[in-house]
This record gives sequence, structure tokens and C-alpha cells, in this order.
Amino acid sequence: MLELQHLSFQVNDPAGEKEIVRDVNLTIPDRELVVITGPNGGGKSTLARLIAGVETPTGGSIRFNGEDITRASVTDRARAGIAYAFQQPVRFKGLRVLDLLRIAAGRKLDISAACEYLSAVGLCAKDYIDREVNASLSGGELKRIEIATVLARGAKLSIFDEPEAGIDLWSFQNLIQVFENLRRNIRDSAILIISHQERILAVADRIIVIQEGRVLRQGSRDEILPTLIGTASAVRACRQADQGGAQ
Amino acid sequence: MKQLDEIQLRLLREVAELHSVPEGAYNIRANGESAARASTANIEIVSKTDKPGIDVTIKPGTKNESVHIPVVLTESGLKETVYNDFHIGRDADVVIVAGCGIDNCGNQDAQHDGIHRFFLEPGAHVKYVEKHYGSGSGRGKRILNPVTELTMEENSSMEMEMVQIKGVDDTQRTTRAELKAGAKLVVRERLMTHESQRAVSVYAVALNGAGSSADLVSRSVARDDSYQKFDATILGNAPCQGHTECDSIIMDRGRILAVPGLEANCVDAALVHEAAIGKIAGEQLIKLMTLGLTEAEAEEQIINGFLK
Repeated sequence: MLELQHLSFQVNDPAGEKEIVRDVNLTIPDRELVVITGPNGGGKSTLARLIAGVETPTGGSIRFNGEDITRASVTDRARAGIAYAFQQPVRFKGLRVLDLLRIAAGRKLDISAACEYLSAVGLCAKDYIDREVNASLSGGELKRIEIATVLARGAKLSIFDEPEAGIDLWSFQNLIQVFENLRRNIRDSAILIISHQERILAVADRIIVIQEGRVLRQGSRDEILPTLIGTASAVRACRQADQGGAQ
Repeated sequence: MKQLDEIQLRLLREVAELHSVPEGAYNIRANGESAARASTANIEIVSKTDKPGIDVTIKPGTKNESVHIPVVLTESGLKETVYNDFHIGRDADVVIVAGCGIDNCGNQDAQHDGIHRFFLEPGAHVKYVEKHYGSGSGRGKRILNPVTELTMEENSSMEMEMVQIKGVDDTQRTTRAELKAGAKLVVRERLMTHESQRAVSVYAVALNGAGSSADLVSRSVARDDSYQKFDATILGNAPCQGHTECDSIIMDRGRILAVPGLEANCVDAALVHEAAIGKIAGEQLIKLMTLGLTEAEAEEQIINGFLK
């Protein structure tokens, strides 16, 4: 379980102090898939970075499974069971997809186990396992590999920051299935997705709307989703896709 | 075979991955003299009579054979210049593993300068691997200055893998090549320098024949106070293709100078140079840390991958 209490994050830029996250109180219980939505620039990605430890809050606290991790390093949080898929994945010259999956799993994954994670995100495993995670991969391929590394971690809390960004329509169908599968096998873990895709919101147990750094409202999917339809917080990928995929 | 001591055997493992006497032809040089040698039916190794060094002659059509010519130095103060010539016959296809390991526990410099000349007859193919390695706690420097000269006839090809990862204080590598029509040269250099080490790598490649090509790629890491210079010149004197690339990571107070040199003397010469020098991207470190590695472990993974 993740608990954010009075969490704040300010930055100093030339225009003066700017509050990006303002007094956020949230609980993400185990066995839930929670989607955070809201307008662009509202502080959603910053919140994910604060939870993963990439940014340090200027106020408030973060507790994970009862432990205060507000000041814990990125590494310590990862080891405590937090996984984080970047919105813009990083490229590495020389590191192969297999190397990255092995680091993520924290053990010497055999090829067939590594391939399962790639297949889960719709990549033909044998074509990718030995590829370098470098500029030869497209944005969409890289994004799917990023998601596969989070799957390989098998973490207690998996955070996905706009997993659909840069992914083509066919893969988007696949991505929804990935999250549906994760939801089905959730057991004692939790999933936090930042997205304003209606199809992803539809998989959520709970939806939180963040605007101007604050929690605007939160509640069950059935309660919140109808209020978002037609707004920037619940965008359709494509009508055809929503009706069951490309013909 | 002359008895080698433990340190010499360790150096041999480092530079030539030799755990015992190699198969095929070989010449093992230890502290300035030949410690072991073997020729085969197709590959003859003989000592030069006018200066230190060997002549290696590979018969035309020799396939799938290898030559190992490692050098180990464990005597502080020893300085040597060795001249090795390789004559590779028409359509031969061989692997040549060179390499030099120096262990210097004394206070005097130990230095090996290997002057290697390769003469590739038409259609010959060589894969050449050269590893440098230094160890020892003495104040004396470990110095290696290899010179490689390639004369490549029509449609011959050479792949060179140069590796220097640890322990060499000072190195000046010079590689000169002249390629005739259809000849192909591929160089992959991997280099890491530490402390106050200095490594200079100079290439001068002349593409003289139609359809000749050269691809020189260096990946390097400069740590601590070390200095590297990568100076690669390709002359396009005919319709040809040339590519040089220097891709480097700098850490601590390391310094790197990349000097591109392309000269097109023919309108159909296509020459490209790429160079990128920078520190490890913060995002790369953070990504690996979100997978559970410490910052130091993340750095190690990134560098190992980069130099693989």
C-alpha cells in the first residue's frame, strides 16, 4: 500500500516559485489498479517521479507498506518493490534488451523467460532479445520494451507513466490486454497508471483526477469515468479501435 | 617450450585467452626472446636475421587456421622494438591473435613497440585481434606503441579488433593502410583509460582503388585524469566508401580529443565522420537505479555494455 500525505513539490524557475504538486493526499491500496488522469501540465508525471524517487518532495511524506520512504533513494525504493516505466524511455548503446530484462528481474533470466515478457507486450521475442536498446529501435518498440522491463520486475507497486504515448494503434490494443492481464493477476500488488486514454481508464478499479497539482476528485471507475467522457481527461484512441480493433 | 612463470601465464590469458599451448601456428615472446614457436604445413614462422622479430608466411588458399603471437613482459626496465611481417597468400582466410601484456613491479619503465606489417594478396581475408593489458604495482610505466601497416591488394579484407581496457600507462597506436580496388578494412577499437594514462590512436587510411572501403569505429571511456586522442584520417582517392566514428564517455576529469580527417580526391568518394563525446546521461543511471541497481552498479553496467 502506498500512502501520500500532504505531498508537495515546488520548483524555482525564472518566473519565481512554482508549485507543481500541492498538498496531495492519496492512498493506493494493494489489489487495485488505479489510473491518474487530468489535463496536461497538471502534475501527474511529477507525482509519478516523486513516488519513484526521481524527484524529492519539498513537503509531506510518502509511505510504502508502512515504511516512510520520503527520503529513500531511487535504488532503495526499487528494492522495496516499486517499479517505474518512464514516459520517455532511455536508450543505451551496447546494452541489449536481454541485459535490461535480466537487470530488471534481478536474476539471470533464461532466454525463454525473457521472451515471455517481450511476447506479453506484442514483440516477436527472437527478433528483439539480442537487439541493443539504442537509436535503432523506434519510439513504439522502445516503449514496449520499457513496459516489459517493469513486468519482469514483478514489483509490489508498478507505475506506468503514459504507457500509450508513442504506441501505434495495433499495439494499443495489445497494451490494454497487458493491463487487463496485470489486473487479473494482481494478488498482493498494486498498479498505478498515468493516462487519459478512455480504454485504460475503463480497466481501472479507481480513478483519480489531478488538476493544477491537486486532487480534484477520486472514486470508483463507475463513479468517475462517466463524468470525464468528452473531456481532455478521457480521450479516445480511435473510434474503430474502441469498437474492437482495426478491420 | 621454455618454462613461463605464473605472472607470464596470467598475462597470456589476459591478452590471448591462452590457457595452454594454442592450436595452429604460434610464437610466444617473453621478456625479449622467443619462448615457444610452432609452424604448420600452411603457416611458416621464422626469425628475422637482421633485427628482432619474425616473418609469418601464410600459403595461398589456407583456410580456417590461426596464428597466435602474444608478447609478455615482466622485467622492469626492458625496452624492445620488434618487427613482425605477415605475408598472407591469395584467398587465404585466417585469424591472427596478437596482444601484449606487461607486468611491471619495478620502478623502471617497461616498453614494447611492435611494428607489424601485413601484406594481403588478392582475395585474402584476415581477422586480427590485438589486446593490450598492463598490471603490476611498481612506479615504472607500462608503455606500448604499436605500429600497424597494411598493404591490401584487390578484394582483400581485414577486420581488426583492438582492445585496451586496463593497466597501460602510455600508448601511441599508429595504423596506416593502403587499399586497392575492392579491398575492405574494418576496425573496431575499444579503449578505457584510468588515472593519468594517455592513449593516442592515429589512423591514416588511403582508399586508392575503386570499390574499396574502410569503417573505423572507436568506443572509448576516459576516467580519472586520463587523456585520449583519436585521430582518424581517410583519403578517398577513388570511388570508395569511408566511415570513421568516435563514440566516447568521459568521467571524472578525463579528456578526449577526436580529430576527424576526411579528404576526398575523387568525386565518387563517399566519406563520413561521426564523433560523440559526453558523460553518462543522468537518465540512463536513473533508469537502471529504478531497476534496483546502485549508482555505481548502474555506471558499471553502462560502461561494460558500451565497451562490449
